[in-house]
Amino acid sequence: MKLDAKIPVGPLAEKWTKHKFNLKLVNPANKRKYDVIVVGTGLAGASAAASLAELGYNVKAFCFQDSPRRAHSIAAQGGINAAKNYQNDGDSVFRLFYDTIKGGDYRSREGNVYRLAEVSVNIIDQCVAQGVPFAREYGGLLDNRSFGGAQVSRTFYARGQTGQQLLLGAYSALNRQINQGTVKMYTRSEMLDVVLVDGKAQGIVTRNLVSGEVETHAGHAVLLCTGGYGNVFYLSTNAMGSNVTAAWRAHKRGAYMANPCYTQIHPTCIPVSGDHQSKLTLMSESLRNDGRVWVPKTKEIAARLQKGEIKAKEIKEEDRDYYLERKYPSFGNLVPRDVASRNAKEVCDNGQGVGKSGLAVYLDFADSIKRLGQPEVAARYGNLFDMYQQITDENPYETPMRIYPAVHYTMGGLWVDYNLMTSVPGLYALGEANFSDHGANRLGASALMQGLADGYFVIPYTVGDYLANIGPAPIDATRPEFAKTKAEVQERINKLLSLRGTKTVDEYHRDLGKIMWEYCGMSRNAEDLKRAKAMVSELRADFWKNVIVLGENEEVNQSLEKAGRVADFLELGELMIDDALNRDESCGGHFREEYQTPEGEALRNDDEFAYVAAWGYKGDNMPEELHKEELEFENVKLTQRSYK
Amino acid sequence: MNLTLKVWRQKNSTSTGKFVTYKAEEISPDMSFLEMLDVVNEGLVKKKEEPIQFDHDCREGICGMCSLVINGEPHGPKRATTTCQLHMRSFKDKDTIVIEPWRANSFPVVKDLAVDRSAFDRIQQAGGYVSVGTGGVPDANEIAIPKVIADEAFNSATCIGCGACVAACKNASAMLFVSAKISQYAMLPQGQPERYQRAEAMVMKMDEEGFGSCTNTYACEAQCPKEIKVTNIARMNREFFTAEFIKG
Ligand SMILES: Cc1cc2nc3c(=O)[nH]c(=O)nc-3n(C[C@H](O)[C@H](O)[C@H](O)COP(=O)(O)OP(=O)(O)OC[C@H]3O[C@@H](n4cnc5c(N)ncnc54)[C@H](O)[C@@H]3O)c2cc1C
Ligand code: SF4
Ligand code: FES
Repeated sequence: MKLDAKIPVGPLAEKWTKHKFNLKLVNPANKRKYDVIVVGTGLAGASAAASLAELGYNVKAFCFQDSPRRAHSIAAQGGINAAKNYQNDGDSVFRLFYDTIKGGDYRSREGNVYRLAEVSVNIIDQCVAQGVPFAREYGGLLDNRSFGGAQVSRTFYARGQTGQQLLLGAYSALNRQINQGTVKMYTRSEMLDVVLVDGKAQGIVTRNLVSGEVETHAGHAVLLCTGGYGNVFYLSTNAMGSNVTAAWRAHKRGAYMANPCYTQIHPTCIPVSGDHQSKLTLMSESLRNDGRVWVPKTKEIAARLQKGEIKAKEIKEEDRDYYLERKYPSFGNLVPRDVASRNAKEVCDNGQGVGKSGLAVYLDFADSIKRLGQPEVAARYGNLFDMYQQITDENPYETPMRIYPAVHYTMGGLWVDYNLMTSVPGLYALGEANFSDHGANRLGASALMQGLADGYFVIPYTVGDYLANIGPAPIDATRPEFAKTKAEVQERINKLLSLRGTKTVDEYHRDLGKIMWEYCGMSRNAEDLKRAKAMVSELRADFWKNVIVLGENEEVNQSLEKAGRVADFLELGELMIDDALNRDESCGGHFREEYQTPEGEALRNDDEFAYVAAWGYKGDNMPEELHKEELEFENVKLTQRSYK
Repeated sequence: MNLTLKVWRQKNSTSTGKFVTYKAEEISPDMSFLEMLDVVNEGLVKKKEEPIQFDHDCREGICGMCSLVINGEPHGPKRATTTCQLHMRSFKDKDTIVIEPWRANSFPVVKDLAVDRSAFDRIQQAGGYVSVGTGGVPDANEIAIPKVIADEAFNSATCIGCGACVAACKNASAMLFVSAKISQYAMLPQGQPERYQRAEAMVMKMDEEGFGSCTNTYACEAQCPKEIKVTNIARMNREFFTAEFIKG
C-alpha cells in the first residue's frame, strides 16, 4: 500500500482553511445516528469526546482509571505553547511552526506542524472560556514565560500544574456532555482490541476491570487517544498505568506504527536510588535557567564522592568540570534536552558521575544563591526544591541537586494522515498516541498543545468527512467479526491466566526496561541493537513460559492487567530496536554513535532518511514491513543544529 | 527497616473484609510508601498469594488516584502529602502500620484498599462546568481577571479529587471537595452566568449521593493533601442559600 498523507496542496498558510472547506459535512439531523468511540480521556480524548458530542454525535468514552480526570495529562507541569504574541516579542504562527520543525530536527511534516501552530491560538481562548485559571499579570491579562530555550515568551502556564488545569477544563466539558446524555463514560475499562469489519474499524473489545467482563462496543469510527509508551523502559516519568496496549493491538490489526524509536529523554530528573524504584520524577526544565551543571574533573575525585568520603562542597573550583558551559559557550546550561541528556550520560560513562551509583551529575545553585539571595531562589523554585528534598532527603539549598536523564515522552506512535486517520479506515489516533507533529524531538510545552489541537480543533472536522462518506446506517454488532475478536481476546486472557511460572510480571518488565535503556536509549549503535533484539526476543519467549499470573478473570486482577501490558511492551520493544537499527543516521532523540559530527553532535542524513518510517505488522515472529513516507520541505531549509 | 503491616483485605464490594498481617522486610527508608507495598506484593506473588489491590497511577501527588488510611490518617502522617509521596523515612524500624481503605458509605470498597469514588464524578457532571462549546469563544485576553482573584480561584482549583476529605470526616461529608469546585467558578467571571444554578445542582447531587453534613470539625482541611481551605465551604453555603433565595 502506498502511504498517502493526504496533505492538501497549496500554500502552507492556506492548506488547513482550504481543506476544511473541502471536507464533507454530516447533515445535522443525521449526526445523532452516528456512534463514535473515544478511547482515552486525557487532553486529546476528553477534548475530542466533548467536542464531538457537542456537534451531536453519540459518543462512548473509555479510560482505565477510576475517573476520566486522572489521565496522565494531569501530571504535566511546565506549560502550553501558543502563538498569541501577547508579549509583542516577535512571535507568530510561522515562528512557532519554524521552531517546532527545527526542534524536531526536520523529521516532521510541514503541513501538520503549520496547522498545529495555527490552531494553537484557539486553544488558549477555549481554555480560558472554560474557566482554566492560567497565570495572570497584575493588570489581569495572561502571563507568559519562555520555555525550553525558546527565544520568545509563548508559554501559558498555571503554576507548576498546567496539565492538571487543562485536563480539568476538558474534563468539565466532557462532564457537561455526560450530563446531557450525549457521552456515555466507561471508567475502569481497558480496551484490548479493535474490531474490523470489511477492513474498517467498527468497534472495540474491552475488559471491565472490576467485573472482568469482556465486552464489545460498536461505532462508526474509533479514536485512540491512549497516550505514549515510555513505560516500555520500565522506569520513566510516565504514570504507572501508561501503556501501549491499545495502540499495539491496533497495530496488529493493520495500523502502521511510525518512528517507534524516537524517544525523548529528559535531562533533569531525580536519579534512580535503588532497585525498588517504580518511577522517576521530573524536575522542571526551568531549573537549568539558574542552576549550573557540573561533575568532578577526574574519576578519582568522582570515586571518592561516590563512596561518600568527600562532599560536593569540598571540591575546589579548579577540580570541577562545568561541561555544558565548556562545550557550548553560547547556550551553556540551556542546550536542548537531547544534547543535555547525552552529555550527562557521556560524563557518567567516563566515570565522572556522582552519587552512590555514579549515575548522576550536579545541578548547583550555589552561585545563584550568592547572586540573587536564598529568598529569591526560593521564590523561583521553592516548590521544586521541596519536592526534591521530600524524595531524596537532601537539601538543595545547601548541597547541589543530583540529576540524571529519564525517559519522558515518545514522539513515535501510530501513523496517521493529515486527517489523523491511521492506515486502517475509520481508526484515528490523537495526542501522544500518534506520531504526527514532533518529528525526532519534541519541544517543551508542545505536547499539551498538540493533544488539545487534535481533540478540539482537528478531529471534529476530519472525522465528519469520513462519517459522511460511509453513511449513518447502524453498525451491525451481530456481525461475526465482533464475536470472533471477542473470543480471541478471551483466549489471550485465558492463556495469561494459565501461566503459573516462577518470575513476576514486574521482573520481566524491569529486565525489558534495562535492555531498552542500555541499548536503545540515549545512544545506540548497530552492534548493540542487534544484541538487544536477540535479548528481547528471548525474554519474550521466556515470559510466555515462566511468568506468574495469579487470580481469575472475573474479579479485580492487577496481575492480569499488568501481564497483558508487559506482553505488549515486549513486542513493541523489538520493533523499536528494528526502527533504531534501520535509521542509519542521528536525528533529535535518536543518536546513533556511528553517525556524529567531529564534535560529537547528531549527524543527520537528509538524502537517505528524510522519511517517516511506518511499520506494518505481518504476523507473529515475522519481520515487519517498512513503508516510507518521504518528507517534503518547501518552506524551510534543512540545516545542522548547532548550539556551540 | 522491618515492619509489620495490618492490611484490610476484602474480595469485592459485597463480601466482608478483614485485617491480614504481613511482614515488610528490608525496606529502604528511601522507598515511597507505595514502593514498600510493591515489594510486599512481589513477595506475595512469588509465594503464589494474591497481591494487595490498591489504586495509584501518577505517583507524583497530582492524579488523585492513590488513597489509603494509614494508622488512622488518610494519606498517612505527613501533612500536605499524598500517599504516593510519603516516604518510609516517616516511619521507624519495627513499626506496626495499619492500612485501610477510605471508609464512607458513598465510597464502596471495590477490592482490598481500592474504593469506588464515582460519586465525585457524578457531582461534577451535575454542574461542575461552564457551559461553553468548542469554538466561538472570545479572545482569551478579552476577559481580564484581577491577579488576586485568579490566584484565589487557582487555590480552589488545585483539588485532586482524592476523597481524603470524606475519609477524614466522621460524617463522611464531601463539602470540602464540592465547595472547592463551586468556589473556583463563583470567583471567576466565566462562572457567573450559571453561578447559582451550578451551586444548587452540585449540592443537591452531593446530598443525593449520600454524603454526610458538615459539623465544622475541620478534619477535612487537616488531611487534605492539597491544603484546600474550609473557607471554601463557607462560600459554598452562601452560594447555595443565595440560590435558594433567588428561587424563592
Ligand atoms: C511528568 C510529565 C510532565 C510533562 N509536562 C509537560 C509540559 O509541561 N508541557 C507539555 O506540553 N507536555 C508535557 N508532558 C507531556 C504531556 O503531558 C503528554 O504528552 C500528554 O498529556 C499526553 O496526552 P494524551 O491525551 O495523548 O494521553 P494521556 O493523558 O496519557 O491519556 C491517555 C488516556 O488513555 C487511556 N488509556 C490508555 N490505554 C488505554 C486502554 N488500553 N484502554 C482504555 N483506556 C486507555 C487512559 O486511561 C487515559 O485516559 C509531560 C509529561 C510528563 C510525563
Ligand atoms: S478537597 Fe482535598 S482531600 Fe478533598 S478531594 Fe480535594 S484534594 Fe482530596
Ligand atoms: S498516585 Fe497520583 S496522586 Fe498519588
